[in-house]
Amino acid sequence: MSLLSVKNLGVTLRNRTVFEDISFSVPKGEFIGLIGPNGAGKTTLMRASLGLLPHTGNSTIAEMSARDRAHAVAWMPQSREIAWPISVERIVALGRLPHLGAGQKMPPQDQAHVDAAISRLGLDAFRARAASRLSGGEQARALIARSIAQDTPLLMADEPIAGLDPAHQISTMQVFSELAKEGHAVVVSIHDLGLAARHCTRLILLAKGGILADGKPRDVLTPDLMAEAFGISVWHEETEQGPVFQPLEVVS
Amino acid sequence: MRLELGLLLVLIALFVVSLTVGPANVPARDSLAALFDPGYGPLTLVMQEIRLPRALLAIIVGAGLGLAGASMQGYLRNPLAEPGLIGVSGSAALGAVLAIYSGLAAGASLGLPLAALAGALVGVFLVMTLAGPRGGSLTLILAGIAISALAGALTSLVLNLSPNPFAANEIVFWMMGSLADRSMTHVWLALPFVLAGIAIIATTARGLDALTLGEDAAQTMGIDLGRLRLLLVFGTAAIVGGTTAVAGAIGFVGLVVPHILRPLVGARPSRLLWSSAIGGAIMLQLADIAVRLILPERDLKLGVVTAIVGAPLFLHLIFKTRKELP
Repeated sequence: MSLLSVKNLGVTLRNRTVFEDISFSVPKGEFIGLIGPNGAGKTTLMRASLGLLPHTGNSTIAEMSARDRAHAVAWMPQSREIAWPISVERIVALGRLPHLGAGQKMPPQDQAHVDAAISRLGLDAFRARAASRLSGGEQARALIARSIAQDTPLLMADEPIAGLDPAHQISTMQVFSELAKEGHAVVVSIHDLGLAARHCTRLILLAKGGILADGKPRDVLTPDLMAEAFGISVWHEETEQGPVFQPLEVVS
Repeated sequence: MRLELGLLLVLIALFVVSLTVGPANVPARDSLAALFDPGYGPLTLVMQEIRLPRALLAIIVGAGLGLAGASMQGYLRNPLAEPGLIGVSGSAALGAVLAIYSGLAAGASLGLPLAALAGALVGVFLVMTLAGPRGGSLTLILAGIAISALAGALTSLVLNLSPNPFAANEIVFWMMGSLADRSMTHVWLALPFVLAGIAIIATTARGLDALTLGEDAAQTMGIDLGRLRLLLVFGTAAIVGGTTAVAGAIGFVGLVVPHILRPLVGARPSRLLWSSAIGGAIMLQLADIAVRLILPERDLKLGVVTAIVGAPLFLHLIFKTRKELP
């Protein structure tokens, strides 16, 4: 069953066509990495398929009502905004907002979702700390936990691991991968191709106004496609410790 | 809840104090008894017609301004936002000033407050037209600033053209804001607007919480931003229009009160709404008692006192913020 299906999606912003005619679908169990150079439209593609931007073509989620959408997908925007010094626990609990009535107290099963999300991201020690006063990486983890607490079939995040230390980048990618194995689907935009190669089940390469490649990481991270999309040479090897991918040099 | 309960007790105590403070030097017990017992003759009249409406208005106006301030700060995610930002207080003041200038205020007993409400209505209509149909907050601020500036300029023009110094004097004094010599009619005039505004803003509480994470995140949590903005503007306009109509322009309550209470409620915008309502009522009640105690024989204006108290409080907050910076 597909959790998100996009057909012939196109976005034109200020008379500039960002991309056209994009189609893909996201089935259960996939952890999809959206890769592509700066300005290729990764954020725009995600926001348009969520229905947050005017677009042409169709997206199953963009056609939903705001209320239904909140039960279908959780979205973590790139700008990590936490306006007030609210505790991490309360920030994560905001993920339960679509599930609760106005002014309703948090029922135990909802609190369990919040606790699980906090533990998953290793934030137990930060529970009572004001989220807006944490470091950038810690804030990002709190916001990822918030999206997970929303407990939607699909989770979409815009560069969720940018700014995290290596240990937390890896553990966060593992969390996404576990979520996919549990039957959710995850779509993240990501610049770290090495991590994408190791953890994602599928990569969508967005470049030159459309999807350049869509498939298993080893089929997308080929020298030819990497040269064409990013202008880089790469080293990509299947090793005993799994796939290892390293960008090498800029090629003209 | 404990904080809100404590604040409520303080408010009730201040309400009683406010009822017993006045130029007629009567023991507190007598004046309170006179409120319910017509046997006290003129004292009963003083209590029911002068002090009761004054104490009630302080609660109504203060609660409205505190809540509107908290909601505006929550919506704009900015601790410097205040209810006057959307231009409604400026346009309500213009309506009132025009009523004084044209003699309408002197001619009809409710001429001034009704003209202020009409001004607020025109202001909110203009702001919503200018802000456009999409739900962003930036266009709302720009529209609010434009309307405030225009209303301010026109108010100055009216002052400039006022026929005699007495009219100018009256306008200036009115703009300083006061609760003196108001009647129960003023209470009944302001109350429905403030209650309606509070009821409308109360429905935005969840949306304000969600907005903590930004507009995109809030939208994907099921919040309709266009509707939220509409509710917020109409709710604030009802409160600011209603309060300005009966009390004039009273600043700083909507700005300072949410700021002080924010750390005490864990910074959650939804909870801050209610505590700011009670806190605003406390601040205004205190200021209105101070007005009568400090210079009882001079007509000290309420808006002047809230500004004199509010500005240093704000300075204190600035220093506190500076200390927290690295």
